[in-house]
Amino acid sequence: MAEVDKDKLYQFLLRMGDNTLILGHRVSEWCGHSPVLEEDIALANTALDLIGQTQMWLGYAGEVQGEGKSADDLAFLRDAWDFRNVLLVELPNGDFGRTMMRQFLYDAWSSIMLGHLQKSTDERIAAIAAKASKEAAYHVERSSGTVVGLGDGTEESHNRMQAALDYLWPYVGEMFASDEIDLAMAAAGIAPDPANLRDEYDALVGRVLDEATLAIPAGNYVHKGGRDGRMHTEHLGHLLCEMQWLQRAYPGCEW
Amino acid sequence: MTEKPSVDQIREWLDAVPDPEIPVISLMDLGVIRDVAWEGDTLVVQVTPTYSGCPATSVINMDIETALRDRGIEKLELRQQLSPPWTTDWLSEKGRAALEKYGIAPPQPAGGPDRCPHCGGADLEKLSQFGSTPCKAQWRCRDCLEPFEYFKCI
Repeated sequence: MAEVDKDKLYQFLLRMGDNTLILGHRVSEWCGHSPVLEEDIALANTALDLIGQTQMWLGYAGEVQGEGKSADDLAFLRDAWDFRNVLLVELPNGDFGRTMMRQFLYDAWSSIMLGHLQKSTDERIAAIAAKASKEAAYHVERSSGTVVGLGDGTEESHNRMQAALDYLWPYVGEMFASDEIDLAMAAAGIAPDPANLRDEYDALVGRVLDEATLAIPAGNYVHKGGRDGRMHTEHLGHLLCEMQWLQRAYPGCEW
Repeated sequence: MTEKPSVDQIREWLDAVPDPEIPVISLMDLGVIRDVAWEGDTLVVQVTPTYSGCPATSVINMDIETALRDRGIEKLELRQQLSPPWTTDWLSEKGRAALEKYGIAPPQPAGGPDRCPHCGGADLEKLSQFGSTPCKAQWRCRDCLEPFEYFKCI
């Protein structure tokens, strides 16, 4: 493996782990509230996989950082401005349709990204990606099927899915916006330049949305600021209030 | 302990430790024990998780530790092995048969169960891609109308 700046590698690992952590928490909010029991179980299982992946990413991030922090420390003791997830994953769940559309838009990126990361020059990253990509493949199979079922469903479900896509689409571009951290990772063979994944993503997403009879909205505006920490949405702080409450109220609490 | 038990003996002991969520199969049947070896006077057991977030993982580690300590193993180290990732190909034949007898259809390369574990019927439908644990999905048999769980093939 080529020499790489430790702080950049740490930032890259935070981006991977914060995506799965924040989305995992969001999806877990459905537990006990889904439209039917099967979907409730499916969403809870998806959230569980994402939290499991978080332990691997943030566990490694803590080791690279070298300050003795565990995955739990990084998850529960950082404030909003230190998170590096894309804005897409922190957006509120909305209705079931919007949750599933967000899941599909993320799963499509994740399944492609993890496929490339299996060839990482960093053996640990390659191993985490190999483990996580099996789960991601299963997730995208389900979320794409649900997007097609609801998009090409009743008038009501179609309209809701189109509204979800209109709302979420401006957040997709951030997953492919490269910066100097990505370029350093790409140069060291650790991770692909995200900008290079866009064609593969558009092909997969385009095929599914076609089948779902949904149209990608016009316009090129992209909401950014999550993966570089410049500006998260107001929603992240509220999410952290709930997720981090126990460790904030009872520091160091264990069970 | 006067003499170190053989690796085969230890594997036999681990084959008596049930999976915490599907107790009809053992940890050896599940394929999560990747290696058992002595390093000097320390016994090293390599364990791989089934799904990365499966809550049974920590219980599995505790059960391994308890079982081996009960047999007199004093120096024990459990190591997590991520790569290669766990696959249902590692389920033993004995484990697959035990799953089916218990009412859980064993994983099939085709991606779905080949027959109902209750009546053997082949007219099956998927109810949900997920089930009561991360490793299972929910199916139903159209012949006997009974729902059943299918061990997902990964």
